Amino acid sequence: MSLELKNIEKKVGLETFIYPTNLKLEKNTINVLLGSTLAGKTTLMQIMAGLDKPTAGEIWFNDQNVTGVKVQKRNVSMVYQQFINYPNYTVYENIASPLKITGVDANEIKERVGKVAELLKLSPMLDKKPNELSGGQQQRTALARALIKDSDLILLDEPLANLDFKLREELREELPKLFENRECIVVYATTEPSDALMIGGNTATILEGKIIQYGKTLDVYNNPENLTSAEVFSDPPMNIAKVNKSGDSCSLSEANTTWKTNKKIKDGNYTIGIRPHNVTVEKTSKNSLEIKGKVMISELSGSESLIHFKYGQANWVSLSSGSHKINIGEEMKLYMNVDECLFFDQNNRLVSNG
Amino acid sequence: MAKVTLKNLSHSYLNNPQKDSDFVITDVNIDWKDGGAYALLGPSGCGKTTLLNIISGLLVPTKGQILFDDKDVTNLSPVQRDIAQIFQFPVIYDTMSVYDNLAFPLRNRGLSENEIDAKVKEIGEMLELTPTLRNRASGLTADGKQKISLGRGLVRSDVNVIMFDEPLTVIDPHLKWVLRSKLKELHQKIKRTMIYVTHDQTEALTFADQVVVMHEGQIVQTGTPIELFEKPKHTFVGHFIGSPGMNVLPCKIVNGEITLSGQRVPSNSSIKKTNFKKTQVGIRPEFINFSKEGIPVKVSKVSNTGRHKIVDAVSEAGKIKILSNAQDEIPNGSAFITFNQKYTYAYGDDWIIE
Repeated sequence: MSLELKNIEKKVGLETFIYPTNLKLEKNTINVLLGSTLAGKTTLMQIMAGLDKPTAGEIWFNDQNVTGVKVQKRNVSMVYQQFINYPNYTVYENIASPLKITGVDANEIKERVGKVAELLKLSPMLDKKPNELSGGQQQRTALARALIKDSDLILLDEPLANLDFKLREELREELPKLFENRECIVVYATTEPSDALMIGGNTATILEGKIIQYGKTLDVYNNPENLTSAEVFSDPPMNIAKVNKSGDSCSLSEANTTWKTNKKIKDGNYTIGIRPHNVTVEKTSKNSLEIKGKVMISELSGSESLIHFKYGQANWVSLSSGSHKINIGEEMKLYMNVDECLFFDQNNRLVSNG
Repeated sequence: MAKVTLKNLSHSYLNNPQKDSDFVITDVNIDWKDGGAYALLGPSGCGKTTLLNIISGLLVPTKGQILFDDKDVTNLSPVQRDIAQIFQFPVIYDTMSVYDNLAFPLRNRGLSENEIDAKVKEIGEMLELTPTLRNRASGLTADGKQKISLGRGLVRSDVNVIMFDEPLTVIDPHLKWVLRSKLKELHQKIKRTMIYVTHDQTEALTFADQVVVMHEGQIVQTGTPIELFEKPKHTFVGHFIGSPGMNVLPCKIVNGEITLSGQRVPSNSSIKKTNFKKTQVGIRPEFINFSKEGIPVKVSKVSNTGRHKIVDAVSEAGKIKILSNAQDEIPNGSAFITFNQKYTYAYGDDWIIE
């Protein structure tokens, strides 16, 4: 089983929603589409589902060209950000509805609803109507409906975005388990990098209608091909600076900072990216470099401290474990773990990591 | 500007409430100082919106009083209370310019155009809206519009309190950081009493100096972000704050000490009373270490989230989550863990034993 987008393009009027895109998704995989609002995630999913036609290019499913085949003729399930259920049906009837339409017999429906309800912890509320349920339970009902038919392709468009933080955390952990023993391709769209990391699988970073990078989630996170991919996959935002490398010395022009390096890259100018958790209040590694910043704001989250500061002309963020109360306007010392710097060349392509 | 006092507040949506379960809020007491930054944190259905509506005057509580600067306002209308409220979705006039939107609340109160001009420019500057002041509001992005909503809430200097009802819900994660630090910065500049209502722990803890955690219509703890993290007074606070939340395991109390599956666990609780219906031990994933001896567990799953490894382990007493650094080696299969005594607490019927 595989789903392949071949040179898919989508234009509406003069505006390009999706630039020519190639992507191949294999069976039994969860694939995260990661990008901000309006990046093109929903458009891509609608094209995958057959709800929308590409302006150019082809969609292949299992070595069959399915471009232009309508969603009704394809074995697809979709779950949206808004909880969509039939308000006058019970939870049971909601979950059973896709099977009823296809004429599955009543006993089998009962068995399958029971199983899926168990999996999604809905068994005690099968007789209730959706409006008697919490948001999390309503979205579980929508998920159950998507899971009950053996779809080849399951599309989840920001399914957790409208849920409370804690519920999101819980469902995010459960989701990959739901698909463990299923023969299907799952696509999950989100704006949150942490969603992608928790779900694992594969991730495609997307910006302004283009897929920037696709690969195993942790690989994309640890080895972003270019600066754009790194930025899409960083929350809080990645810290960025210009450096010059000459021999075994790296220097940040703007902030007057120099360190020794044994990187085997050509001398010249580079852009570095360093994630906030590698810029800390305390020294975390022997290669931590002392830098000075002017504090703009500091935030505590209980277990961690976030410090937004000016580093030279740039706005940087530091994320440290523990609670550090720091005053606004203060000039403070921070430590940057230079081992964790990503180096990008003049074309913003990754040339060295760590 | 005012201090806000809630005295013995209870509320029921029924006309003639009889029993405890008829109330959505029970016996809420809060003292909010003038000029403080506060958050009201809890899941959907915990009563926080009801409480907000009582403060703003949209609801009259069944029992109790609301005081602004020791003056009883319980029966005053929202208008008479002089408050500003910012909602989840931007509320702006699309046909007006950004400038006129910001000026609107001031014109309504009959300020002179000179005064208005100074105020609007000041707030526009703080929110970085100066270049767009003359543009029409309709052309702005979601976060641009929400900035105007914030600006309209902040522009008046005669308000008693500014309330935010999940104001960042519609904002992309990349911009949430920016707006959140902006809000914090604004609070430090203008020093008005601000109340921020949210289900998102990160937003609450980073914005507020004091966070009120609500659960099933009751306040379960009020404290600084550090207090809520390091010493949750109720198992719900432990679970709700922190990601993943605190581990809560059933335990026995023997001779004033926590006993977990037959093993003595040193804690920070001094246990005198023991007549509880249930006793539990609470320990955060951050405060558990692997060691040579201790509580036996089986490691069932390790998720690498880039920054951390989240370890799922199973012990005789139940499932345990452990948070390790991404570079740490995690043992396979059977292992032993120990709890950091300083952060280990006993709970009797869900309340901390100190």
